[in-house]
Amino acid sequence: MDDSQGTLSLVLFSGTDDKLSSASILTAGAAALGRKVNLFLQYWALENFQKDRIAKDHGVSKDAEPEGASLMRLMREQGSTQHWADTFRQAKEIGDVHLYACALSMEMFGITKDDLDPLIDGVWGVASFMLEADGPVVFI
Amino acid sequence: MSAVAKTLDVKGLNCPLPIVKTAQAIKELAAGDLLEILATDPGAVPDFNAWTKSTGNELVEQSEEAGVYRFVVKKKG
Repeated sequence: MDDSQGTLSLVLFSGTDDKLSSASILTAGAAALGRKVNLFLQYWALENFQKDRIAKDHGVSKDAEPEGASLMRLMREQGSTQHWADTFRQAKEIGDVHLYACALSMEMFGITKDDLDPLIDGVWGVASFMLEADGPVVFI
Repeated sequence: MSAVAKTLDVKGLNCPLPIVKTAQAIKELAAGDLLEILATDPGAVPDFNAWTKSTGNELVEQSEEAGVYRFVVKKKG
C-alpha cells in the first residue's frame, strides 16, 4: 500500500449525523487512495458509536437546523447516500483504517469496550493517538 | 484493447461510493485486468483521475454519454 501521503488523523468530537457522515466520506476517500487513517473518538461522537445507538437518528449540527435534518433524511431515502456507519465499514474493508475510543471519554460516559460497535479497534489515550499522527490533526 | 474483465455499475450513487466500490471491485481482479465503471456522479471525473494517480492503477479510457460517465481502469501489476 502506498503510504507516501502519510496518515490522515481525524478526531471525531461531534455526534450528529451530518458531521459523522462528513468524517466517514473523508475516511473512505483517503482509504481508497491508499492512505492510512486513524480516528480518535471522543465525547458525543463516541457516545453514538455504542452498539445500541449507532443505527439511531442523531440529528444534524445546530448550524444546519431546521432544513438540514429533513434534507439528510430525504437524501438517504433516495438511496444516493448511505448511513455513515456503513461508509466507515467499507473504508475499513478497502484500506488501512483504525478507529480508537478515547479512554477519558469512555470513563466520563461510563462506556465499556463491550458497549461499542465492532468498528472500534481499541481504546487509546491522547498520547497514543498523537504518537501515530505524523501530520496535522483534523477535528470534526 | 483486451476485454473488460468486470463492469461495475455505480449509476445514481454519490461520493464517495463510486471510488469505494471501485476500490473493493479491483481487489477481486488480477494484475492487468480491465475494470469498467459506469457512474452518474459528476464528482467521479476528478475522483477517478485522483484515485488512479494515487493508487498506480491506470485510467485507460474515459468518456461521457447522456450523463453517464464511463471509465476503464487497468489494475496495476
